Amino acid sequence: MTVPRAVPELRETPNAPHETVLRLSGVTKVYPATPPVPALRGVDLDVQAGELVAIVGPSGSGKSTLLHIAGTLERPTSGSVHVAGHDVASLSDEDLSALRARHIGFVFQQFFLIETEGALDNVADGLLYRGLPLDRRRELARVALERVGLAERGSLLVSKLSGGERQRVAVARALVGEPTYVLADEPTGNLDTQSSDAIVELLEQLHTAGTTIVVITHNPEVAARFPRRVGIRDGLIEYDEGGR
Amino acid sequence: MKLDLAPSRLTPRDVVRVASIGLRTRKLRAALSALGITIGIASLVAVLGLSESSRSAFLAELDKLGTNLLQVRAKQDAGAGSAELPSMAKVMVGRVDGVQSVAATFDLKGNVYRTDLVPATRSGGLSVKAADTDLLSTLQGAVATGRFLDAQSSRRPTTVLGSVASQRLGIRDLAARPKVWLGERWFSVVGILEPMALSPALERSALVGREAARAYLGQYPVPSTLYVRTDPTKVRSVLEVLSATANPANPTGIESTRPSELLEARQAADVAFTSLGLGLGAVALLVGAVGIANVMVISVLERRSEIGLRRALGATRRHVGLQFLGEALVLGAIGGVSGIVLGVLATAAYASARGWGILIPGIAVGGGLTAALVIGAVAGLYPAVRAANMSPTEALRTA
Repeated sequence: MTVPRAVPELRETPNAPHETVLRLSGVTKVYPATPPVPALRGVDLDVQAGELVAIVGPSGSGKSTLLHIAGTLERPTSGSVHVAGHDVASLSDEDLSALRARHIGFVFQQFFLIETEGALDNVADGLLYRGLPLDRRRELARVALERVGLAERGSLLVSKLSGGERQRVAVARALVGEPTYVLADEPTGNLDTQSSDAIVELLEQLHTAGTTIVVITHNPEVAARFPRRVGIRDGLIEYDEGGR
Repeated sequence: MKLDLAPSRLTPRDVVRVASIGLRTRKLRAALSALGITIGIASLVAVLGLSESSRSAFLAELDKLGTNLLQVRAKQDAGAGSAELPSMAKVMVGRVDGVQSVAATFDLKGNVYRTDLVPATRSGGLSVKAADTDLLSTLQGAVATGRFLDAQSSRRPTTVLGSVASQRLGIRDLAARPKVWLGERWFSVVGILEPMALSPALERSALVGREAARAYLGQYPVPSTLYVRTDPTKVRSVLEVLSATANPANPTGIESTRPSELLEARQAADVAFTSLGLGLGAVALLVGAVGIANVMVISVLERRSEIGLRRALGATRRHVGLQFLGEALVLGAIGGVSGIVLGVLATAAYASARGWGILIPGIAVGGGLTAALVIGAVAGLYPAVRAANMSPTEALRTA
């Protein structure tokens, strides 16, 4: 499978290799309850441009909270988060939305596709909040679909696609805006072994083409295929191996 | 370090697009939740349309009848004997400047029955009057069938029936040469009048000639009512002097009226029914609004994951709120437009059944659509705020 070149025009400033695109310093997250539930207890994590990172941990380890904080969907209780050079603490809620629209792509375990729309329009929705006209969004979506190997399936309703194809559509939606990094939350969690392998392969190819990807998984076998693996347990980083 | 960060944007066209996603997904639910608005707007449009159509039909009829017809009658004072006008009244009134024609009717004793076997008490509320031969032309009335009294038939035992009288006596046409039992003898029916909205008293009468009244009923007719057709520009001035002219000795005992004014007053009383209809429509709209709000709240709960996804894609709270508010507006608009169509159809069906022209006031259409949109907006406000305030992680977690 060939991976066409990315569309550079969408990126405001291309990331230099080894530039830190995501920096978490001393991040804690405590959910209010009696007694309070600490999900993260002081996490330091740097992700550099072009990396493919797996964050591995059992359920309840805090990895979903880590993904939400890295995706600016949630603010830490303490510590700092920098996304593409922006200090999240200094940004308003609206700024965070803009940050996600420009810099972060999401892939979810349950795909979260709009069932009544075709594959192409689902991918184009990745650019919905960028203010581009629909024609331009579809044009870019076509390129993204090609990158995930679904160029021929764009006109189909997503409800007609297989699980593996649906996840590819979701990956294309995350990629279409040329985000600074892609966060994938258990992207293979709802797939059979074959489709799961294909998705991991796709992520590897995208990584080779220069995309920065952070994958969250509970599955050590999946994690073992990625160059850098960060183990997390009880809200703390247990190990961080294979990084540059 | 402060980098340039362009804000999230959602074009107006895209607002419409995302606002219709939920409706496209659940078409039946959308249709049902818009139904309340449809019924409410339809009844508003139909009530306004029907009252306007009937009013315009009424005005057209009034124009046809002419507003320059006046009526002079002696007041029915208790103890003052029978209500009679001086015998010279007709001649006097005919001399007033602006009067074009005058015709008199004369109240007669006795009743009219279909046959001589009908008990005397069952008079059917009909009366017997003698009439001048120029009565019909003064009233600008017409016969539905047969002919009006003329110099010949006025001398013979013949009668012309008013429209209501003919109905109550069961005489629809003259093919069988019908006769009626009038004042203890048979009279031939020679004509039936068209309805005359301005003189309902005549519709309930059997009219005979003055000479016939004398010859066959043994009564000497004294004028009881004068019908006066005036120059349209002099109606007011004629009306002012009418009572004094008809009976200079006792003008206060005379009642001069303009029948078209009475009709207009009666038409105005129909406003009460219009208000009732509007009230019912408003209740239907309220129910419709509650229905939309209810469906939208459910929709927000069901679509948490979509809300989470959109926040992840870069939607602001405002964008999410706009999407759901827009959805409620679209529901309101669907209800409003279909309600207007339904209301217009109902008005058209009823108006053409009654033979009226179809008239839909602009305010019914414009106001109906505006009301539907306002209701959609009000009903969608709470669900929209709820959707906007949902935290993205909460929305994604409960998926």
